[in-house]
Amino acid sequence: MKNRVRQWCSGFRWGQFLVLAFCLLALSTVLVLPLFALFSKAFLNKADMFVGIDNYIKYFKTPALSTSVLNTIDIAFWSTLFSVVLGFLYAFALTRTHIKGKAVFKYMAMIPIFTPTVIHALGLVYMFGNQGILTRAGLFPFELYGRLGIIISEVIFTFPQAFLLFFVALEFSDGRLYEAADSMGASPLRKLFRITLPEMKYTLINAVFVCFTLAFTDFGAPKVIGGSFSVLATDIYKQVAGQFNFNMGAVVGTLLLIPAVMSFIVDRLVSSRNASAVNARSTKLVVGKSVPRDILCFSFCMLVTLFLLFMVAMLFVGGLTEGYPYNLSLTLNNFLFNQSTGGIDSFFNSLKMALASAGFGTAFVFIYAYMMEKASGFNGLRKYGRLLSVLPLALPGMVIGISFIFFFNSPTNPLNFIYGTLAILVVSNILHYFSVPFFTANGCLKKLDKEFEGIAESMGVPRLKTFLWVSVPLSLPAIMEIFMYFFVNAMVTVSAVVFLYSADFKIAAIAITHMEEAGSFGQAAAMSLLILLINVVVRVLYEAGMAIFRHRANRKESTV
Amino acid sequence: MPFLEIRDIVKKFDKQVALNNINAKVQKGELVCILGPSGCGKTTLLRIIAGLETAQSGQVIIDGQDVTFLPAAKRNFGIVFQSYALFPNMTVMGNILFGLQQKKGLARKEMRAEAENALRLVDLLDHKNKYPRQLSGGMQQRTALARAIALSPTFLLLDEPLSALDAKVRQKLRSEIRSIQKTLGITTIMVTHDQEEALTMSDRIIVMNNAVVEQIGTPQEVYSRPATPFVANFIGTMNFYQSGGEICAIRPENIRVANQFCAHDVSAHIRTLEFKGSMTRVYGTLPDMSEICMDIASEAVSRLQLSEKGTVFLRMPQESLIKYADVAV
Repeated sequence: MKNRVRQWCSGFRWGQFLVLAFCLLALSTVLVLPLFALFSKAFLNKADMFVGIDNYIKYFKTPALSTSVLNTIDIAFWSTLFSVVLGFLYAFALTRTHIKGKAVFKYMAMIPIFTPTVIHALGLVYMFGNQGILTRAGLFPFELYGRLGIIISEVIFTFPQAFLLFFVALEFSDGRLYEAADSMGASPLRKLFRITLPEMKYTLINAVFVCFTLAFTDFGAPKVIGGSFSVLATDIYKQVAGQFNFNMGAVVGTLLLIPAVMSFIVDRLVSSRNASAVNARSTKLVVGKSVPRDILCFSFCMLVTLFLLFMVAMLFVGGLTEGYPYNLSLTLNNFLFNQSTGGIDSFFNSLKMALASAGFGTAFVFIYAYMMEKASGFNGLRKYGRLLSVLPLALPGMVIGISFIFFFNSPTNPLNFIYGTLAILVVSNILHYFSVPFFTANGCLKKLDKEFEGIAESMGVPRLKTFLWVSVPLSLPAIMEIFMYFFVNAMVTVSAVVFLYSADFKIAAIAITHMEEAGSFGQAAAMSLLILLINVVVRVLYEAGMAIFRHRANRKESTV
Repeated sequence: MPFLEIRDIVKKFDKQVALNNINAKVQKGELVCILGPSGCGKTTLLRIIAGLETAQSGQVIIDGQDVTFLPAAKRNFGIVFQSYALFPNMTVMGNILFGLQQKKGLARKEMRAEAENALRLVDLLDHKNKYPRQLSGGMQQRTALARAIALSPTFLLLDEPLSALDAKVRQKLRSEIRSIQKTLGITTIMVTHDQEEALTMSDRIIVMNNAVVEQIGTPQEVYSRPATPFVANFIGTMNFYQSGGEICAIRPENIRVANQFCAHDVSAHIRTLEFKGSMTRVYGTLPDMSEICMDIASEAVSRLQLSEKGTVFLRMPQESLIKYADVAV
C-alpha cells in the first residue's frame, strides 16, 4: 500500500498541478475576495458594525440618491432600444443585401470601440453642445447636457456591440430555410417575420441585455455630458471619491451588479440553447436582388458612417485649431498638454498600462485557458476554473474598481503594497476584460488536436516545450487578437481605473475628463486623437500580423 | 513471461464503466489487435497502457515492472493516433526531431541520422522537408509511424491508425505496417474496429465489447471458434438457428448446398441470390422462418440450377457447427 502511494506520487503531475493552482488562486484572489469585501461593506456602517439592510433603506429614502436608479434605468432603456434597432438594421444591410463597400462600413461601425465613451461625449459636445457646430447652425434646438446627451453617447457606445452580435448571427444563417420559403412563395416581409426574426430570437435577447448592461453601468459619458443628471455610476463615484462614504458606495455597487448578473445568467441560458442552429449541412444563404432595398440600406449605412466620421472629424477640428469656435487657425499647441490636467505623461502612462495589461493579460489568459483545456486530470479544479472564467463578464468596471479599493486598501491585506501602483491598474484591467479573451483562447485551443500532448509525452518531451513549440505557435492568431483586445480596452477604459489611479500616475482617458472639467476642450480633443491614433495603429499592426501568419500557413499548405 | 500484462483493469468515467476488469497478456514481438465496436473501451485500454489515462484499479506490468503509475514519458513506447497528430507547424523532419532532441547524449548529426533512418524505413526520405498538409493521407500516416519508431521504443501503440484513409491506401498500409513491425520485431498493440484489419494483420486478437474482453485468440481461433455469440456475429458473417433446444451457429461458407435431399438435410427456400464475383451469396429462409445465408462458388449456381424462389437442401457439417447456450447479440 505504502509502495502504491509512493508510486502514485511519482506519477502525479506536479508541474501541471502547480501552474493550475497558481492560475486558480490568482483569479480567485482578485475576483472572489474583492467581491466579498464589497458585499460585506454594503451591510456595515461607518464603524464597521453590521447593520443589515439599513444602508439600502437609507439609500432608497434619500430622494437625491434613489432618483438615480430611475434615471439609470431610463437612459439604459432608451439607449438599448435605439442601439438594438440600429445595430440590427446595420447588420442586416451588411449581410442580406448587395450594397457596395461592406468591408468599409464594417470597419466604420467599429470606430466607437477604439475610443472611450468620454470621447464620444466630447465629440457630441463639439457637434451639439452650446457652441456645437450643428447647434450654431440652428439644427439642434435641444439641451445636450443631461439625459439626451447620455442617451446619444450610450447609443454610440453600444451600437458596435449590438451590430457585431447581429452580424455574426445573420452571417451564419441556414440558407435552406429561405429556399424552402421561396418554394412556398412566401413574401419578403413574411420571411423577415417568420424566419429571420425567430432565428434572431436569442441574439436579440443577448443584444438587449448586453446593451442595457453597458449603458446601465457606463461612467464616462454621464461624467462628461451628464450635467446634473445623476446616474448610479456617477453616484458611486461621488459617494466614494467625493464624500468617502464607502458603505453607501458599496450599496450602489451592488445595485450596479443587478442587470449585469441578470445579463450574465441570460447569456448562459441562451448560449447553451443556441448551440447547434447551424450545422454542416446548412447552406450559405443566397441573397436575392432588390434595388429599393439596397438603396435604402446603403443610405442608412452611409448615414450612420457619416455620423461617426463626423464625430471623429470634430475631434480633429477641436484638437487641431487654436480655440474652436472662435479661432479656427490650425495649430498643434493643443498637444502641449497642461501639466495640471495630466500632461502628455498621462498618455505615456496609458500606453505603459495598456502594454502591461496586454502583455501580462495575454500570457495569463492563454496559460489559464491552456490549463482548462489541456491539463491531464484535475477535473474538479478545472470545473471550478471554468466557472470562475465566465464570472468577470458580470462585473461592471465600476464594481471592480470599488471592490478593489475595499480589498486592496485594507491595511491587513498582505497585497496592500500594490495599491496606488501601476500593478493594481493592470490587475483590474486583466480582470475586467478577462472573459472574452478566455473564450477566444479556449475556442482556439479546442481546435488543436487533442493528441498533441499525448504524442509529445510519449516521446518524453516536457509539457513546457510542447506548449512553447506547438500550442503557442499554432495559436498565434488568437494570441494576437487577445493582445489587441486587452490593449485597446485598457487604452479606453475609465470605469475601473477611475478609483484606482494615483495622483502621480494619471492615465489619458481620465485626463480627458479633467481637461473637460477645466474647460480645455482643445486639449481633450487632442488627447482623444492620440488615443484613437494609437488604437488604430495597433489594429493595423494586428491585421498585418494576421496577414503574415496566413501567408505562412498558405505556404505550408501549397504543394511543392 | 509475457512482455506486457494487464491485470484486473477497471476504469469509470463519471458513472459509466469504460473498462470492467480487463485481463490480457502480450508476448514479446507480437502484434496484437484490440478489436471491438466503437464505445467498447478499446481506446481507453490503449491509453491506460500508454499512461495517458489512469485506471481506478488494476495493474499494468511491462517487462516485469509494475508501471501502473509510471508517467507516459517513462514507459518508452511509440504511438500513432487516428488523427496522426502531426505538428502542422513543423516539417516531416521537424516532427521526428522534436522527440529525438529530448534524448540525452545525442549529437545533432546522430539525431538527423536516426530521423533519416526512420524516414527511410517508411520510404519518406524524399519528403522530409515538406509540411504535413502538403502530404497525402497515407504519407501523413507513415510520417506518424516514422515519428513513433524514431526513438527506438520497446513497444508500439497504434490507435485506429488506418481508419482515416480510403480503402485502397488502407490495404497497402496494412501490409506495410505489418512488414515494418516484423522487421523491427517490435511488440505492437493496435486498436481497431475493422475486423478485416484485425484478421489480416495480427498474431492475436483481443475482442472487446461493452467494457469486457469477449475472447483472446489467434485470428483463426476467433474466426472458427468464436467464444461468444457476440464474437461470432462481430467477426465475419454467422448464421444462428435453433436445433433441438440448442442454438447452433455456422459460417455461410461452411454450409454445403445441394439440390437433392439427403438424410439430415435441412430444406431452405431461396429468397435472393447476390453475385459477388467468384462467390455468390444465397439468402434463404428455413422452415421455421429463420433466415440463413450461404456462400457458394459462383460456378456452382448454374450447376445446381439455383434460382430465386426455388428450394435447396442444406447440410451442416458437425465439425463446423458451434453451439451456444443462448444468443444474446
